[in-house]
Amino acid sequence: MLELRSVCAGYGSFQALFDVSLDVKAGEAVAVIGPNGAGKTTLMRAISGLIRPKSGSIRLEGRDLATTPSHRIVELGIAHVPESRRLFPRMTVEDNLRMGGFVPSARSKFRQQLDTVYELFPRLRERQRQLAGSMSGGEQQMCAIGRALMSAPRLLLLDEPSAGLAPVLVEQVFDLVKRIRAGGLTVLIVEQNVQQVLHVVDRAYLLKAGSIRAGGSAAELLATDTIREAYLGV
Amino acid sequence: MNVFDIYLLEALINGVLLGGVLALLSLGLNLIFGVIDVVWICYAELIMLGMYGMYFLYTVYHAPIWVAGVVCIVSVAVLGVLLHILVIAPLLGAAPINQLLATGGVLFFLQSAATVLFGIEFKNLGLRLPVLKVAGMFVSYSRLLAFVAALIGMVLVYLWLTRTYTGTAIRAIAQDRQIMPLMGVDSRRIYIVTSALGGGLAGLAACLLVLQYDVHPFVGLTFGPITFLICVLGSLGNFVGGFVAAFVFAEIISVGGLYLDLEWGYVFAFAFFIVMMFVRPEGLMARRS
Repeated sequence: MLELRSVCAGYGSFQALFDVSLDVKAGEAVAVIGPNGAGKTTLMRAISGLIRPKSGSIRLEGRDLATTPSHRIVELGIAHVPESRRLFPRMTVEDNLRMGGFVPSARSKFRQQLDTVYELFPRLRERQRQLAGSMSGGEQQMCAIGRALMSAPRLLLLDEPSAGLAPVLVEQVFDLVKRIRAGGLTVLIVEQNVQQVLHVVDRAYLLKAGSIRAGGSAAELLATDTIREAYLGV
Repeated sequence: MNVFDIYLLEALINGVLLGGVLALLSLGLNLIFGVIDVVWICYAELIMLGMYGMYFLYTVYHAPIWVAGVVCIVSVAVLGVLLHILVIAPLLGAAPINQLLATGGVLFFLQSAATVLFGIEFKNLGLRLPVLKVAGMFVSYSRLLAFVAALIGMVLVYLWLTRTYTGTAIRAIAQDRQIMPLMGVDSRRIYIVTSALGGGLAGLAACLLVLQYDVHPFVGLTFGPITFLICVLGSLGNFVGGFVAAFVFAEIISVGGLYLDLEWGYVFAFAFFIVMMFVRPEGLMARRS
């Protein structure tokens, strides 16, 4: 479904990704793990078009994303939950969700998608008139994921969904990823909570200093020392 | 009621009426700043052109007043879009001081062009609206009309901002510019729509102000600085703050002017502004971030 080949990307003269290649097949959940500053967020931003790769190709079902205007990428079926959530803090929960369903294809399905999201997060229904910025971190994360789901995507990009949350909420977030997957959505997730994320995905890539150092099934990576070595740098 | 109370009440009412028009002026400037992050220093000069438009359409070419008004609003909206495309858009990535200087340049360009084209004589619609006498107080009909029309304009903008997708995107873009592509929003299109709306509001203001003031190439200086200060006082980009600050300013002008001359009202208002910049430099309605 998603196919990256030798992607190099960065900001100005700073290069954050070197020759990154990875695949996500339809229906899969794939994790990208790695230490801080490995380029994980840059990778997500390159896929959703917030930054442009310097070289290499990014394709969704054969369609070149690198040459698609960034605001058109949502319409192709990719929704990105950005790092640190980035809700519109002084707008209500419902207005935030409305923005998630901004693309023309999603507008006609607004009510239906809203019900789906509220079913997934009953807490958001209770808070629909509340300003997003006044909610707790966990509720904001729900709202951010809900906002992404409003466009009825086929591929969901989650950037550090557990960051800054209390341990009990972190567990809820991973539980949620499982439930979202069950609905048939393809998921690409970036995480630092390695142990937990490997229990909810099929495969994972290890990204370090901007390049892919290892990859394989979640079970394999859990069983070997690759991860520990990578983090400790042994 | 003794005479003095009636004068005070009259001044308070006139302050409210003035506040409505000032609130309309500041809304346009705040929208542009909140969404595009650029200050149209030449905002009042768009109003000046709109006032000339009204003068020519109504007084010179004898168009019905409502036709002149609609044409004026649409034309100034188009001017707003042209201003964005020709001057603002190429400078979006430039330093804020350069953007200020560029729109400042447009201000003097429009003033000079108006002087060349229309001359420096004061012109007016030649339309005399009656003065209403209510309970011993005098309220000018044109001010009342301006207040009501400004209020209707603001309510319409409010409804549009809260009820439509484009309006919601305009509010959202003022809160987080960078992630708009993730929502599938083309920011350039939103900027053009906002410029048209800002221009349209300037056009509406022109229709209302031309009922009360003569038009000349420098009439923008009467409204420009005060509009800008109101926006700063209400925290630039904050729509509600601008609304509140407009009424605070208008009451100071109106009531302050009651005890001495009207000009003293402006002196008090600007002195209040300077003091406020020391007390609350971030504006009346600043948000803690």
